[in-house]
Amino acid sequence: METVIDVKNLCHKYGDQQALNGLTFHVNHGEVFGLLGPNGAGKTTTVRLLNGLFEATSGSLQVLGFNPSDDGEKIRKAAGVLTETPALYERLTARQNLKFFGTLAGLSEPDIRLRTDELLELFGLQDRADDRTGTYSKGMKQRLALARAWLNHPKLLFLDEPTSGLDPEAAVQVRELIADVRQQEGASVLICTHNLDEAQRLCDRLLIMREGADRAQGTLAELRRLVSPGMWLEVELLQQPVNMNDWLNSNHTPGLLRSIQAEEKLLRLEVESEDVIPTVIAQMIQAGFLVKRVQPQEISLEEVYLQVQNFHHHENTSG
Amino acid sequence: MLDLRKIKIITWKDLLEVRQNKSVVTSMIIVPLIFVVVIPLIMLITATQTGSAEAFNDPDLQVMFANVPDSIGSQLEGMNDVQVMISLMLGYLFAPMFLILPLMLSASIAAESFAGERERKTLEGLLYTSASDAELFIGKALSAFLPSVLITWAAFILYIIILNTVGYPVFGRIWFPFPTWYALMFWVTPALSALAVGATVLISAKAQTFMSAYQTSGSLVLLVLGLFAGQATGVVYLSTWVGMIVGLVFWLAAGVLVFLAIQGFNRKALLLQKAH
Repeated sequence: METVIDVKNLCHKYGDQQALNGLTFHVNHGEVFGLLGPNGAGKTTTVRLLNGLFEATSGSLQVLGFNPSDDGEKIRKAAGVLTETPALYERLTARQNLKFFGTLAGLSEPDIRLRTDELLELFGLQDRADDRTGTYSKGMKQRLALARAWLNHPKLLFLDEPTSGLDPEAAVQVRELIADVRQQEGASVLICTHNLDEAQRLCDRLLIMREGADRAQGTLAELRRLVSPGMWLEVELLQQPVNMNDWLNSNHTPGLLRSIQAEEKLLRLEVESEDVIPTVIAQMIQAGFLVKRVQPQEISLEEVYLQVQNFHHHENTSG
Repeated sequence: MLDLRKIKIITWKDLLEVRQNKSVVTSMIIVPLIFVVVIPLIMLITATQTGSAEAFNDPDLQVMFANVPDSIGSQLEGMNDVQVMISLMLGYLFAPMFLILPLMLSASIAAESFAGERERKTLEGLLYTSASDAELFIGKALSAFLPSVLITWAAFILYIIILNTVGYPVFGRIWFPFPTWYALMFWVTPALSALAVGATVLISAKAQTFMSAYQTSGSLVLLVLGLFAGQATGVVYLSTWVGMIVGLVFWLAAGVLVFLAIQGFNRKALLLQKAH
């Protein structure tokens, strides 16, 4: 699979402050990759380095086959960036903003006109295209900023906190647009966010950062396995069987169950994998359990994130 | 290799933004009008109405006139008192004041273009474009330099028209401009505009707002006031060759300031300044 971003042992310092400390990751073509971490984790610094705005203190990085320190302009020409604030010229209209950024991206006049109409339509801004963007709502500004990032059909898109500060409706709208446009244009996307719900919905793979270093990375399923190797099931019973405690203590399902938590008629079972669920439930029924409901419990990204962050926090403070 | 299309669009965008800044536009209209229309009209009308030079017979002005070098004095030969007074006041002494225009205009536009970009939080979006540092600098510098020079020249043309039309009853001929003005307009004015751009870019690196950058660069007006004082006391009189030398000094100073400004104008420095 073609790699669009390849980062190895990336370090960066602002004066004495270590902003990035041995970061390693790669982004495949067509993939949505999420950088997760608290404020100050180094997400924005990473995007700046990948676009050649800063030079790395050490480590190697390649973006779209270019080295950002030498070919920053080529990367910025082929990529699109949505910064944390929309960074629009608020005294200019949407059309004027897109004309400005389109020209700087190297698009021809007819291409800019065509693309502007196309994107304003797609992002639902055509009725306000000739209004100054200072009169726009936050959600509209963010949509226009996203349109600006998409203007040059980017092969790679950097989205820094794409829904930060938006109301839930506008956030949903922006997320849908990202998903739609990604599908239409087939671009690779790197999203920096501390919105875990957003990351869970949009990203194919994730990297959890803290203090400029990667703490864990992989698909959501891989990250879940990292913090909890089994799979959790919630089993609700019609009534508690008399022999429940004996059954729980005697492990009637060797090799299938990893752990059990019981609270009256509600059991939480950690099974080895999704495949063993029918066997476990069949054995419970055989043992006289009156099963009312079985609900697989997927660990949310939030739980994964917090466990990874807490683990490293404790590791650092105790070490 | 510089991309002229990118430079042009940066200049276009900055000028479009400047046009929307009421305080800059107001100063771009009001100040030239005061220098070019209001003050000359008051002087000319006073002189033509009274028909004598009495209005200019202030003892301080007389000291000033006494210091006029012989080379200038010879050009005034054959003129009557009113013509001499008007020629000296509006044709010579007023010349350095005219230089306030390029300074003020380019400083205000440059402050709007460089510090204003940071103040409005649009800088980072601009730095993520594929324009090179040099293209960004040149585009922005031109957006301050070109209008300040062009407006000053336009004001000069208006000044010529007013002095010759309203002064016609006094002189009975086209009497203005004097040769010294050409050096001033086409050599010193662009130099001062460039100087103000360089200084304002350097100041903008430290200033967080358009207003603080503009106010600090406003201190450059002292240069002009220095020239005015020098001329009024007879120390420096802006003849053509003095104008050429003063212009050369300003061009050299502008070159140094622009060079220093370019050194500090790179993406990393701009982002770190932003962070501070």
